[in-house]
Amino acid sequence: MSEENQTEEIDSAEGAVAVDATTATGEEGRRQIHDMWVAGTEERADIRQFTDEGAQELLPVEDETALDIQRGVVVDDDYEFEDARDEDELQIINMGPQHPSTHGVLRLHLELEGETIRRVKPIIGYLHTGMEKTGETLTWLQGPTNVTRMDYLSPFHNELAYSLAVEKLLNVEIPERAQAIRILMTELNRVSSHLLWVATQGMDIGAISMMIYGWRERELVLDFFEKVTGLRMNHNFIRPGGVAADLPDGWEDDIEALLVDVPAGVDEYHEILDENPIFLDRCQGIGVITPAECRAYGVTGAIARASGVDWDLRKAFPYSGIEKYEFDVPVGKHGDVLDRYHVRMAEIDQSLRIVKQILETMPAGDYRTEDRKVTPPPRKRIDESMEALIHHFKIFTSGYKVPAGEAWQSVESPRGELGVYIVSNGGAKPWRIHVRAPSFAHVQALPAAMTDTLIADTISTLASMDPVLGDVDR
Amino acid sequence: MAGEVQPPGILLGTLEKGINWARTRSMWGATFGLACCAIEMMGTGAAHNDLGRFGMEVFRASPRQADLMIVAGRVSQKMAPVLRQVYDQMSEPKWVISMGACASSGGMFNNYALVQGVDQIVPVDIYVPGCPPGPQSLMHGILTLHEKIMDGEIRRPVIQIGN
Repeated sequence: MSEENQTEEIDSAEGAVAVDATTATGEEGRRQIHDMWVAGTEERADIRQFTDEGAQELLPVEDETALDIQRGVVVDDDYEFEDARDEDELQIINMGPQHPSTHGVLRLHLELEGETIRRVKPIIGYLHTGMEKTGETLTWLQGPTNVTRMDYLSPFHNELAYSLAVEKLLNVEIPERAQAIRILMTELNRVSSHLLWVATQGMDIGAISMMIYGWRERELVLDFFEKVTGLRMNHNFIRPGGVAADLPDGWEDDIEALLVDVPAGVDEYHEILDENPIFLDRCQGIGVITPAECRAYGVTGAIARASGVDWDLRKAFPYSGIEKYEFDVPVGKHGDVLDRYHVRMAEIDQSLRIVKQILETMPAGDYRTEDRKVTPPPRKRIDESMEALIHHFKIFTSGYKVPAGEAWQSVESPRGELGVYIVSNGGAKPWRIHVRAPSFAHVQALPAAMTDTLIADTISTLASMDPVLGDVDR
Repeated sequence: MAGEVQPPGILLGTLEKGINWARTRSMWGATFGLACCAIEMMGTGAAHNDLGRFGMEVFRASPRQADLMIVAGRVSQKMAPVLRQVYDQMSEPKWVISMGACASSGGMFNNYALVQGVDQIVPVDIYVPGCPPGPQSLMHGILTLHEKIMDGEIRRPVIQIGN
């Protein structure tokens, strides 16, 4: 390198330094910084080599906040206090998502003034499984496998709502026996769900023995489920077109035994809890929701009925032939935890009443529709006929097509109105599935029930709502 | 000592065996119920199946008092950091049982929302298959873990996950 060139380089470098690079902005600023550090290159300076291309970009400051909100570090909402309260007076307590009494992975953000809850913010999404999206990748026949895992305490109701919606689009007739089996299983499912509810409600407010008792009777019901479907939970039993299998031999004896054992257990619960002063103290007048609030928040099921709203989908929009059976809808009037307990206990009795009627009037016939579009040919035909074999193979590999359209079906699950909305574009898979989850509405009604109550009642109120987080988040 | 006559009332053994035995007989679980499997985990502890027979009916809500984490259910992306934090809060020695298909491999939900196997974030000792595994399956998993502890060393090799 010659001397002249060196001098030039130094000169240009000095010239570049003279510009205040720190205040310059944009491309000009970058050019100046570039010139300052790479002396003598200003003419062939290619700014592009200094771009961040390929490098990891730092998130802008605003996005950091968004990220914190997503992580749950910052709880973002648009609600602001109207009264100017000193922030130091409020104590913030985070309950969950890993907490034994939240019935899953619910997180509650409580703002306390002393021992009084001034504000509750339920934070959900810790169990988001993307089931509605997964449902779009499964055929209509595989659908119940997916939806049965949503509300895992009432799997039969999920399957029933889904299957009824699909059948609406298919326009198939379901045999009477299949309908009766469906009602039998769903009503037993209501019993098992309420038994687990009373078990956990008792445990959450200190009656640990209720946990043991509740599970004792629930196991009896689960044993029957296992005998019929092969599984204790997540049965995939009710499918579009009927049910997966007929009831096993001797099911009448099992049901008769259940109809004796479960009411006996329920009578014991009444003895343990009804006049227990601690139980009454922790339930009476706690977590009150008014009928107006029920309507405003979309609260349904036993909670709405405990508040005095006489609303049961089994009466309002009967499904699967449930109108043939006699039963009452228990309604409370105070809307507190105790009324929810009484309503649920009465619902167990009413469900068993339906089960008893089904036992007496179970129609003979097929357990699934004869429509060959959705039902595979019988085993015997497959041995004889090549076409039947192909038909069977096609149904279970590529599935059947459902006419384009949309359908809505809601059923009365143990928690409340469980609705399934399905859109088909005429293909072998759903185009869109949406589920209206009762627990979701109940969790959003928590602030109405908990604001301005004591923190000691949080668990009692929450447990009485019976939220299933698989139902909330899906 | 072999061949000699032992004085009565003396029990011979290694320290390792003694400590491992003590660990298996007082294993306290952390409640980490997430989804369907959590209900079966509750059922395992309840009357019919009675986990108390194995000295484990105590499920601790606080991770600091627990040494066994039963990951019962599907782990979402949002829950994963929480799970790791609870695991880190548990004191050594600690073990993890991955209960059910979702916790073990994502199960049937191969989608954007779920962690495809909890072993991506915590080291897992026992995988219990099933969807959900029945109480018997879970108890079998727990007993297998007991055997594993009895056969193992007092100090466990440090397992590094990720960086």
